[in-house]
Amino acid sequence: MTLIEWSSSALFVAFVAYLVATIFFGGAVKSSTHEKTATNKRWGMYGFTVTIIGFIANLTYFITRWIAAGHAPVSNLFEFTAAFGMMIVGAFILIYSMYRIAALGLFALPIAVIIIAYASMFPTDVSPLIPALQSYWLTIHVITAALGEAILAISAVAGLIWLLKNIDMTKKSKQRFWIEAVMYVLILVVGFIVSTTIFSVAYEPVEYSYVDVEGAEQTIEYTKPALFGMNESTVITEGAMQPLIEMPALVNAKKLTTVVWSILIGSVLYILLRLILRKRLAEVVQPFTKKTNSQLLDEIGYRSVLIGFPVFSLGALIFAMIWAHEAWGRFWGWDPKEVWALITFLFYAVYLHLRLTKGWQGEKSAWLALIGFIIIMFNLIAVNLIIAGLHSYA
Amino acid sequence: MKSLECKCGHINPVGTQLCESCGRPLTEEAINKPLADMRYEGSARRSQTYNKTIIDKVWNFFSSVKVGMWIIVAILVAAAIGTILPQVFYVPANNATEAAAYYERIYGTFGKIYNDLGLSDLYSSWWFQGLIGMLGISLIIASLDRVIPLYKSLKKQKVKRHSSFLQRQRLYTKAENVTEDVLTPAEKKLKELKYNVRREDGALLAEKGRFSRWGPYVNHLGLIIFLGGVMLRAIPGVYVDEQLWIREGETLAVPGASGYFIQNNGFEFDVYDKESSDEVFSDAIDRVGTIASNYQTNLTLFEGANQEVVGDPGELEEIKSGPTIVNKPFKFDSYNIYQIDFRLDELKAMTFNLENKESGEQFGEFTIDLIEPEPEYDLGDGYKVELVDYYADFTGFENGEPQSKSPIPNNPAFLVRMYTPDKPEPETSFVLIRETIEPFGENDYKLKFQAAETRDISGLTVRKDLTLPILMIGGLIFMIGVAQGSYWNHRRIWIQQTATGDVSIAGHTNKNWNSVKKDLYYVTKDTKVPRPKDQQDPEDDLDFEEGDETS
Ligand code: HEM
Repeated sequence: MTLIEWSSSALFVAFVAYLVATIFFGGAVKSSTHEKTATNKRWGMYGFTVTIIGFIANLTYFITRWIAAGHAPVSNLFEFTAAFGMMIVGAFILIYSMYRIAALGLFALPIAVIIIAYASMFPTDVSPLIPALQSYWLTIHVITAALGEAILAISAVAGLIWLLKNIDMTKKSKQRFWIEAVMYVLILVVGFIVSTTIFSVAYEPVEYSYVDVEGAEQTIEYTKPALFGMNESTVITEGAMQPLIEMPALVNAKKLTTVVWSILIGSVLYILLRLILRKRLAEVVQPFTKKTNSQLLDEIGYRSVLIGFPVFSLGALIFAMIWAHEAWGRFWGWDPKEVWALITFLFYAVYLHLRLTKGWQGEKSAWLALIGFIIIMFNLIAVNLIIAGLHSYA
Repeated sequence: MKSLECKCGHINPVGTQLCESCGRPLTEEAINKPLADMRYEGSARRSQTYNKTIIDKVWNFFSSVKVGMWIIVAILVAAAIGTILPQVFYVPANNATEAAAYYERIYGTFGKIYNDLGLSDLYSSWWFQGLIGMLGISLIIASLDRVIPLYKSLKKQKVKRHSSFLQRQRLYTKAENVTEDVLTPAEKKLKELKYNVRREDGALLAEKGRFSRWGPYVNHLGLIIFLGGVMLRAIPGVYVDEQLWIREGETLAVPGASGYFIQNNGFEFDVYDKESSDEVFSDAIDRVGTIASNYQTNLTLFEGANQEVVGDPGELEEIKSGPTIVNKPFKFDSYNIYQIDFRLDELKAMTFNLENKESGEQFGEFTIDLIEPEPEYDLGDGYKVELVDYYADFTGFENGEPQSKSPIPNNPAFLVRMYTPDKPEPETSFVLIRETIEPFGENDYKLKFQAAETRDISGLTVRKDLTLPILMIGGLIFMIGVAQGSYWNHRRIWIQQTATGDVSIAGHTNKNWNSVKKDLYYVTKDTKVPRPKDQQDPEDDLDFEEGDETS
């Protein structure tokens, strides 16, 4: 086996370990009568041990890939997203070792699993570094920023558990609607993973030619059945179908197709789950959150922001400025990715102030933590895919 | 100006909520609250006390956290709006008209509105800069308003507090008829936990991590210094940011750095190729095609003795040579030169031969420099080519006149007169790439294209930023402040025991309540006094065991 193959296997081991650990944490939550009972402790210990084993495998992936490529594996969308998934587990380990709340593992690990699976949908080959990325400051910046974001993400997990626990699912309310919306979005991400996997096996890529915004002729390859076509597209691949709906030149119809397929398949999954379980998904997971202490969850949320915020500021702003200064001669250039890092920073600053001086704790704080996570994910994914900037990887 | 006298006899400044000395609530509001508001130790803050003059009103406005947060939210929302479409400095346009046309062409009506509203240059708009300025003012005023009273009250804390002060703490417990001494063993344990312990008859105050209370003020100071540094760039000479396009072989004055000249010794552009690159990359190279590996311009820097003389190499003294590479700028003085952009293969010169169309006989080669063409090329023996007009970037004819879009030789065209001994009058020819137009009828002679020379052009940026040290210091202070306020916390424990055996214990922390609860568990576990209850947590059911939670 080559080093790269070793590396990929290690990532797979980590992936499986996180799934197994999730089950143990589920057991820990289920079997206890109280947050800290003996059974809980035993299952919790199993879960935590398996998590650590998975994390070691995950680090092995990271380090061997680093050695094989000769540069830190954070240089394309796959590598970066997978690293982020790994760091979420790292951040979880940190917070768990402080508070030992099994429910945290039950929710944080699946999120890490989904993120790693999501990452694997992008091309995973090792690519050499383009000139702009050839800087050790970039490595330092990306790793620190991702670590900060991962720690901040734990506050969203704590917030999610808080909300699941405390929202009354028997009565119609805004809260009940929005928490279910969160569950739905999680299923949509799964929908993306499922649809990409299905089509990569069952669909032969099709090539189309189209006319871009500047009026130039281009070609593009679709890996999913073309629901939407690029501007004035014509099929090149023989026997393939013409797209169903043609879009204007400004819209990237290929990405739109991917999004719509994810929504379609995700929604089908969601409806099936609802039909089988006969309950809202939030209601299904609610019992797993009932034995936690709300105050403690609230504090874990706050604590993760406190720990994550300085790391994020250092990585995503200060190191980023140093790198930007080395690479482009300006430490700040209002590039979309930079701007969204600043927005994240300002958002969490607001979170901290409202909490500290306006007493926004408990529910408000939990919602804010979720919004913060949405902003982070937006910056990681949407800004790369939608708003092109200097940082866009793919 | 009246002041507030507490029952204990202490005279407090107006606006004080909790007596500075004994901690009794002083105002109606403070008395009615079940728990004490400990945020600034109940001390008097200017903004809470005065509201008469205009200055008071401005002060109160900016010191309000609510206002501050609205300012931040406004900045945040505006910043997000600015990312909907690319900002004007990222679009290919040289001026406002071109930019307007670009937004409308690419993004349609939405693009037009976006640009018309000024959102395409949002970050340099007066109102956005104004918001940043307000943020700075708010930071300064809000910090001053709080830090001074906070400093004073934390410094002169009394060990002994009134029982109502303890009762109003979030963590509180009370026990009666405790005969053995609680304070001495508690002191020992608290010292083990690294608390600073002070005792005064029957009362104990244990404190830890007070310095973390200054964290927010230190980080705000860092932010203020940073914003101040950014503003300093408006001063001339402090900040230089210039672009320059320089062709291979050219020597140009460095914009923004008078007296310096720079010569382009060649531009290099490399790509990864499969043979020489590491094998792990072969899949990626196959999939993507060309992947650039390096852009660099090799430069030589000169200093001019006479600053007025531009482009006269004789007068220049060589200072240093070296490349500017992406991520590795060429540095001199306080300047950096960055490799930002490039254009490959611009035409440099074209070589022609004067030829008799019929016989094919040639009368001499000559080369036209496309940047500085000669007016005449003498080929000897009475043969001569006169360059009547030169169109570097020929776009076509308008009313019979040839047009040139720019002085850059993208599509050179020449109007020439060809003098030959056999013709009394010269023949006129309009020479284009791959085409010749003969405006005054059929000619006998033509210019036959021989060769073209090309060269690359480097797009460089020249930067000088004397504010960087200030920004670095601001950033460093900010980081120290956030770390100080986030990774440490201020915990206090008050224990009082009366002669009659009444013991009360109270605990407070500015964050991480779980950790102080744990400390209190440790202090009370072998005593008759119950662990203090969290008066704010209806589910207060945590049980602590050895090693359960680290702080
Ligand atoms: C981008 C801007 C800002 C950043 C990054 C920032 C950062 C912080 C941080 C990290 C804390 C500590 C929070 C905690 O420990 O939970 C804090 C506290 C605080 N900030 Fe800011 N801040 C900013 C702007 C402002 C503004 C505009 C105001 C005023 C209106 C303000 C007023 C305060 C106050 C009153 C505190 C509490 C101080 C104390 O507890 O003694 N901040 N700030």
